[in-house]
Amino acid sequence: MSFEGIKALLAAKFGADIIVGEETGGLQSALLIDADRIAEVCLELRNNPETYFDFLSSLSGVDYGIEVGKFGVVYHLASIPYKTQLTLKISKENSRDLADLPSFPSIFSVYRSADWHEREAYDMLGIFFEGHPDLRRILMPDDWDGFPLRKDYKNAEYYKGIKID
Amino acid sequence: MNEALQRYTEKIANAAVEDMVLNMGPQHPSTHGVLRLELITDGEIVKEVIPHLGYLHRCFEKHAESLTYQQTIPFTDRMDYLASMNNSHAFVMGVERMMGIDKDIPKRIEYIRVLVCELNRIASHLIAIGTYGIDIGAFTPFLWCFRDREHIMGMLEWASGSRMLYNYIWVGGLFYDLPVGFEERCREFVDYFKPKMVELNQLLTDNQVFISRTANVGVLPLDVAINHGCSGPMLRGSGLKWDLRRIDGYSIYPELEFDIPVGTGLMGTVGDCWDRYKVRIDEIEQSLKMVEQCLDRLQKELKRTPEFDPRAKMPRKIIPKAQDYYVRCEGAKGELGFYFMADGKSEIPTRVKSRGPSFSNLSVLPEISKGVMIADLIAIVGSIDFVLGEVDR
Repeated sequence: MSFEGIKALLAAKFGADIIVGEETGGLQSALLIDADRIAEVCLELRNNPETYFDFLSSLSGVDYGIEVGKFGVVYHLASIPYKTQLTLKISKENSRDLADLPSFPSIFSVYRSADWHEREAYDMLGIFFEGHPDLRRILMPDDWDGFPLRKDYKNAEYYKGIKID
Repeated sequence: MNEALQRYTEKIANAAVEDMVLNMGPQHPSTHGVLRLELITDGEIVKEVIPHLGYLHRCFEKHAESLTYQQTIPFTDRMDYLASMNNSHAFVMGVERMMGIDKDIPKRIEYIRVLVCELNRIASHLIAIGTYGIDIGAFTPFLWCFRDREHIMGMLEWASGSRMLYNYIWVGGLFYDLPVGFEERCREFVDYFKPKMVELNQLLTDNQVFISRTANVGVLPLDVAINHGCSGPMLRGSGLKWDLRRIDGYSIYPELEFDIPVGTGLMGTVGDCWDRYKVRIDEIEQSLKMVEQCLDRLQKELKRTPEFDPRAKMPRKIIPKAQDYYVRCEGAKGELGFYFMADGKSEIPTRVKSRGPSFSNLSVLPEISKGVMIADLIAIVGSIDFVLGEVDR
């Protein structure tokens, strides 16, 4: 199904306000989705026999920069029967306060591959996924402070009293 | 301490009362690198597997955010260090497409890239097969595989100057042209290697002990594989013909003839360990076929000429226009993807995310190893064929 077709399908199913924008300038077009309803959208795209996006290629957390103050998640879906690809994006404004993490719905229940990818996004960027059953750090140690891929991250000087060179 | 961590700590504390908590790794030889598997066991039965990653985390994504595209290529080599060429090929392809120069790359360069990638894929699969044998208790195939892999390492060293981490494929070209005599040496290797594969099959593939240890063990049903994002030999072992070299048809793969081997359940069930192993064996044969076809072209119509410069098309400054791009290609372990975010102004990407195939392939392990024996867990871990450099990045 074409990009326009998917847009029409989602708008018909969830109402026009589900799609908050689109990016068509580059080589790959992306749909910007209402952040709170991403799990429903993914479920629909996976189960609908016209789209069958059954494979989550990649899930990337993104920090859009200090001035913008926005965090987002980018989903790259692929359909094995139709051999198509689709990019979905969600984002939210955030104050960058470590006590107030940006929070998005987890798509763990739709794609199990999201399990570790969401943990990685949490670990690296401090993006919280509501409904994820086991959102622990995955690459960094459990007691690490801060989120290394944030643009305002300051390199730690000590870890457990040991100086980091 | 966050909530999930608290739940996890409690779970381990409770499990330690009735069951036994066993740590496999990080230094256990059969975890193929520094992976720690925390097992909750009831006697010999594994009730649950909790993988702990990150021992080999080298901040690839953080590095990529502070270096130019060209400078990041050596770091991609260190992700899947058993198939470095495939990593840099994927990365370079993504950057070239963003720059819009992917159509201008001379045919000879594309053929050389595919040639070295396929050689590297053979080397990677040889390691997978050899170490799998040693996990199960077969020592000889391991030595044979390493002996044959050494020929490939030697050739790639001759071309690029280093044994494992090549930095050979550059944006818009190559580090150097192939050395004089490389094609002949490579053909010699193919002729030498073909009978060795027959020997290896006789020794390991058809070995009754090996079959008993791997057939019907660690069955990965296709729907589970897709939902967990498995790709490469893992997915094909479960019976799906899904190879990005054919699906996307990138580089010069549409011009090459090759089959896509899939698991058939010949010795047991579709998607068991033996099937995954067999897919790798068959892929080596297909890769050899591709190597031969590349050599044919490189020795005839795309012959080396004195004025051929593999760096001629290299852009002086790599500044892609502002966009996001996700490139995927078939690495040795499966779908290798890079997600780039370029702002259109600087030579440094704002975000690079790498999707390592081993990362997703490994994530299926807790699912397919519930209720197996500890000895079978070793067989399952070996059949996934992950490289920790790519899991942790």
